[in-house]
Amino acid sequence: MISIILLAGFGIINLFAGFLKSNRVLLPLALLFLAIVFGVNLFSWNDPQSYFNHMLTIDNYAVAFTGIMVLSTLLILPFSQRYVADQDENLAEYYSLLLFSLLGAIMMVGFENMIMLFLGIEILSISMYILAGSDKKKQRSNEAALKYFLMGSFFTGVLLFGIVLIYGATGSFDISTIAGTSIGAEGIENTMFILGLLLTIIGISFKISAAPFHFWTPDVYEGTPTLFTAFMSTVVKIAGVAAFYKLMNAAFASSYTTWFPTLIAITVLTLVVGNIGAAVQGSVKRMLAYSSISHAGYLLMALIAFNERSESAIFFYSLAYSVATIAAFGVLKLVTVQRDEESFATFNGLGQTNPLLAFVMTVSMCSLAGIPLTAGFFGKFFVFTSVVEDNSLIWLVVVAVLLAAVGIYYYFKVVIAMYMQPAGNYERVRVTSFASVVLIIMAAITILLGLAPAIVSDLI
Amino acid sequence: MITALLLFWPALAALLVLLVKGQGAKRVAFIAALVEFAFALFAATSFVVDRTAPQFALSVPWVESAGISFSIGMDGISLLMVLLTTFLVPLIVLSSFKHDYKKPNAFYALILFMQTGLIGVFVAQDAFLFYFFWEVALIPVYFISAIWGGARRVAVTFKFFVYTIFGSFFMLAAFIYLYFQTAGTGVAAHSSDVNAFYQLALDSSTQSWIFWFLFLAFAIKMPVFPFHTWQPDTYTEAPTQATMLLSGIMLKMGIYGVLRWLLPVVPNGASQWLDVVLVLSIIGIIYGSIIAIRQRDLKRLIAYSSIAHVGLISAGIFSLTEQGLQGGVIQMLSHGINVVGLFFIIDIIFSRTKTREILNLGGITQSTPALSICFMILMLGSVALPLTNGFVGEFLLLSGVFQYNYVFGAVAGVTIILGAVYMLRMFQGVMFGTKSPETEVFADLTFNEKAVLIPLVIMVFWIGLFPNTFLDISEPAVFNLLNIIQRR
Repeated sequence: MISIILLAGFGIINLFAGFLKSNRVLLPLALLFLAIVFGVNLFSWNDPQSYFNHMLTIDNYAVAFTGIMVLSTLLILPFSQRYVADQDENLAEYYSLLLFSLLGAIMMVGFENMIMLFLGIEILSISMYILAGSDKKKQRSNEAALKYFLMGSFFTGVLLFGIVLIYGATGSFDISTIAGTSIGAEGIENTMFILGLLLTIIGISFKISAAPFHFWTPDVYEGTPTLFTAFMSTVVKIAGVAAFYKLMNAAFASSYTTWFPTLIAITVLTLVVGNIGAAVQGSVKRMLAYSSISHAGYLLMALIAFNERSESAIFFYSLAYSVATIAAFGVLKLVTVQRDEESFATFNGLGQTNPLLAFVMTVSMCSLAGIPLTAGFFGKFFVFTSVVEDNSLIWLVVVAVLLAAVGIYYYFKVVIAMYMQPAGNYERVRVTSFASVVLIIMAAITILLGLAPAIVSDLI
Repeated sequence: MITALLLFWPALAALLVLLVKGQGAKRVAFIAALVEFAFALFAATSFVVDRTAPQFALSVPWVESAGISFSIGMDGISLLMVLLTTFLVPLIVLSSFKHDYKKPNAFYALILFMQTGLIGVFVAQDAFLFYFFWEVALIPVYFISAIWGGARRVAVTFKFFVYTIFGSFFMLAAFIYLYFQTAGTGVAAHSSDVNAFYQLALDSSTQSWIFWFLFLAFAIKMPVFPFHTWQPDTYTEAPTQATMLLSGIMLKMGIYGVLRWLLPVVPNGASQWLDVVLVLSIIGIIYGSIIAIRQRDLKRLIAYSSIAHVGLISAGIFSLTEQGLQGGVIQMLSHGINVVGLFFIIDIIFSRTKTREILNLGGITQSTPALSICFMILMLGSVALPLTNGFVGEFLLLSGVFQYNYVFGAVAGVTIILGAVYMLRMFQGVMFGTKSPETEVFADLTFNEKAVLIPLVIMVFWIGLFPNTFLDISEPAVFNLLNIIQRR
């Protein structure tokens, strides 16, 4: 709770600090704020508290996911150096918007009431609509913002519709009350409830860009400035998945048989679309957009396994995925600032010109592909174990495994470009020492979690 | 403890090598690999032969709540594989001394790093640890092949990489399934320990599909026909050291996997498919040999001959007889030694003549007595002439196949004739006859080259004359495996 208040306050302070117009001040300030929030958040560990007449609960689940999301933002921000400094005047606003959307994300993982979930999603999304269009002079960025906003508003409507129908069927917004009515369990089907459930699932699926509600993802990710794409594909997605799991687990556990077929179809479709889509992309950024769709699929696998392993599988996978994705977007941004294109060829010869960047990129590509020695392997491992525990779902693991092999293909295209293609005219990419340190930290986290996953896998 | 030392020393040394600037890296790597070999010899001397349980075992919790432990140890088969690995790696490093690879520190660090993966595969006593090292061994050799390889290296090694990972993902899925069928000890509900897997009692239809999931991974690695298509291109395009690592050691990972993680875990599944696997293996023998006869490129020729040899090993092992399994183990050693030697000789020839085409070579014997003798001995070892190492293995393997089914045995026996055809044809074309412009000036072996080839030649005779040195080590372990297979 304190972290929510702090974030709101810090966001406003950051806005006022905007008169300084210097990234030298604003960036450390934002990082400091985030570090404080990260620390304060940890104090709520093992101390579950309920707020606002039980509309919001900060339990270990919320603390753990808040931790990942704040950490992700902390790791993303250092890459704003140089990028924004020389071309943008609204720096303070962007930082504030990030803080605000983080606030929404925390509400999404702590909600106890459907209204809270809706508010969280909206706070998060509205900030993101603005950030998507923050590169005002670029047509692509404008296009991304408009697309994201139109589609997002539409699906927000769908979500709200679903919430209202569920309210109509159960008489409550409170998720434990909804679970208590056990409407939707086998035998007591209720059309209004089922329709509401379906619309809610569709609304959230859009937010985590699960197929077939993913069409906005590649275009929006491509047009959005890379820094905020990294935020979208990590914080926004993880908040969405965490909220999704919490909703299903706390409110709709009894209607499992009702929503299971829908979700399994969404999961398989997401895995297929994400992996096959990524394999045919020519731009690294679009490849990463599709890859984020495919990872939503793996996260959904843990969700539909719906057993005691799901929670920690989602947690570990989210952490592994976030760190690797941010590192990948970070390197992509550093490279494209100087080499000004986003095709795979941009990475040509990076192994010779910038061994550090190439190494970090390789580690994160291996992690995203799920190769041992990296956190991504144990992420997939925990997801697959949670699915296999239910014997009837082995076919899903087989599908996922086949598609994971496709994943190796497109992730290693980057690695091949870096190490096996000549650099040509490309010069060394200039990297600030601060960014290098952050990149090294991310590679270290990825490898550490790949060697000793038990550090965090047993937390929740 | 010695197992942990064997496992971590190469990785540690790899980090050390990374720090060395310039061509000095190769010397540091060589010394590190020799030290590793000394460790392995030390382990061999204190190894108690007639025990079946893994020795020098070490087990610490890895993911404790899930019952996954970092559990390592060596029985007779593991020890032989570790000895093979640690014996070959210094020679492979030494064989590269005449090349000045760019970025030598990365090159040698990757070789040493791969050694950790290889040793890990052979000593892992936990399914997920085994899988972990299985992939750890793959990544370095992919980079070695793809960065320092030939002209078509990028596409070819990529195919190899995706192909093998594709197979191993199936292995992972099977392991996860098996893991949930086990009963755990202590806090965890399940266990991925090898013995927990050995105690599983699965119904035969489950065993049947698990068998294929696991076999796919191992068959791609070996490779067994028809999963071999990545192999000739990769062997040809990879730099010689990577080819040696792939053919000499990495291929044994697949065979070892069959012995340790396939047959004892799903014996019933295996027995349902024995005929299919044996037929595939024997097709591999004939197919590999016939294509080898038609090859003009030396490296490709040895690559196809390797498919034939592996086919025989696989056929022998799947005969599920004591001779077959023992033959498989000893042939893994022999094949590793012979194929590394042959690839090195091809490298010597290539570095002096800039060609690997048999048609462009000839008459090399005239100026090179030492090279000719070494080449002859290794070639005859490969042909399985009595008194050489190949004979012991092939004899045991074929007798195993005969016991299983004499028709299969007879067909598999053709390997001896076909092997002699392509090997002698190659030797004749390269070494005898008149000199070609390429071989006009051909220097004999240098000191370094002798230092690589002489230990290999000694081993050809050692295994050929005193195979019991090695067979005795693996016998209790092989008996133990057969017991587990037959008990269930």
